[in-house]
Amino acid sequence: MATVVDIADLAIGFDNGPPVLASFTAGLEARSFTAIVGPSGVGKSTLLRVIAGLLAPRQGTVSTPFEADPTRRPFALVFQEARLLPWRPILGNVLFGLEHLPLSASERRRRALEALELVGLADYAHRWPYQLSGGQRQRVNLARALAVQPALLLLDEPFSALDAITRHTLQGELLRLWQATHTTILFVTHDLDEAVYLADRVIVLGSNGQPGARIIRDFLVPLERPRDRSSVGFSDHVGQVRSALSEIMTNGAGI
Amino acid sequence: MSNRRWLAPLGLLVFLLGWEAVPRLGLVSSLLLPPPSSLPAAFWREISGGWWLTATLDSLGHYSVGLVLGTGIGVALGVAAALWSDLDSFLSWIVRLLRPVPGLAWVPFAIVWFGISEAAATFIIVIGVLWINFYASYGAAKAVDKDLIELAESFGHKGVWRQLLPIVLPASASGILSGVRTGLGQAWMAVVAAELFGIPGLGQRMMQASSLLATDVVVVYMITIAVLYGLTDILFVWLRDRLLSWQR
Repeated sequence: MATVVDIADLAIGFDNGPPVLASFTAGLEARSFTAIVGPSGVGKSTLLRVIAGLLAPRQGTVSTPFEADPTRRPFALVFQEARLLPWRPILGNVLFGLEHLPLSASERRRRALEALELVGLADYAHRWPYQLSGGQRQRVNLARALAVQPALLLLDEPFSALDAITRHTLQGELLRLWQATHTTILFVTHDLDEAVYLADRVIVLGSNGQPGARIIRDFLVPLERPRDRSSVGFSDHVGQVRSALSEIMTNGAGI
Repeated sequence: MSNRRWLAPLGLLVFLLGWEAVPRLGLVSSLLLPPPSSLPAAFWREISGGWWLTATLDSLGHYSVGLVLGTGIGVALGVAAALWSDLDSFLSWIVRLLRPVPGLAWVPFAIVWFGISEAAATFIIVIGVLWINFYASYGAAKAVDKDLIELAESFGHKGVWRQLLPIVLPASASGILSGVRTGLGQAWMAVVAAELFGIPGLGQRMMQASSLLATDVVVVYMITIAVLYGLTDILFVWLRDRLLSWQR
């Protein structure tokens, strides 16, 4: 299948320090769902920021072979915290991402309302951020990213600050949105269960004793959907990821 | 608890009665301390002679022009210095040098440069509110959440100019407005001080009255200033609360 993003030999570091990420190469197939897991400090969030163009890599490239559509953004980030602008109502927050796209005001509004509809918050368009719960704010965070119709949706541990029930609901919602919008997803998490529940492919990052993280394992998760967290196949896959992680941890080279 | 609400008016009443009693009991001459009961008549004389309205309008004119200019320059410079570090470094010693000079110390220069004129009064008010607004805006714009700046960049709002209106100003509005509010009071002090040197307005009228030992008239203008300040502050708080209604 065709890739939408090719990441080639990416290295990331700050100033003259040792590399955070020594090497990362991966092609992301269209409509695929990839999860990146790894110990904290391994540079997972930094990797997303480099892909999104917020940080320059030390070396390597992120290329997008698809035809650029000016009315969409190539990448959109869903942050760990909702990062809503408290001075804008919910609709205004979703519109924020669309303001530099060449769209008419009515088209922007249509897309923002459509994205709110997708996350089930159409009735909240005129509420203020402080009137929403934590889970609802994360839905707005997601809607803001979906509204720009990104070729690649980047999610940075978006559910990690939520309670377990809300987290499970939103994981299900994300899968539904992924299937409804045919978008490609790169999802960073430290929750192995979440990675296996959501993704087609799980990439484990670790440092393997050398300075800087690299890809330790790259699994496919060929489990059928909807997935059952209590099935044997599911726990087998979680176990595989866990043992890959514990190998790098016992090497004393987790981060 | 419900008794407490009577304490404020009671305090004011006791204060006024004490003030009335001191000259009436002959403890102090009523020339040195005019009793409150003499004020309505003095106030009426000032109004019917037309002096009160002229002086008040003159002062309000100086006040509003100086306040708008000084606040505008202070906020613009403060936000700009917070956003552009080159400007910040360039201004740092100029600010250190000029900031400690009180507004009133500029009165001689104001008179030499502008004469006894409206422009001189405006100048002193501008200086009087400039630094408060500069520092409040600088601090507020520096403290804007970096996560929101990153959010803006990730959705194509790249560069300071594209972030100014959607992020920086609303995020620092609360801090900027608290500087503006302090300036509202400072500006009244500067107005009166500038007018004491002869520029027409409330201060000048107070000066004339005191040289004639018309102390009741002086008190009338003191109260006028206090009321005008109170009204501007109430109006400002009302406007601010509407502007920042998103803060719940």
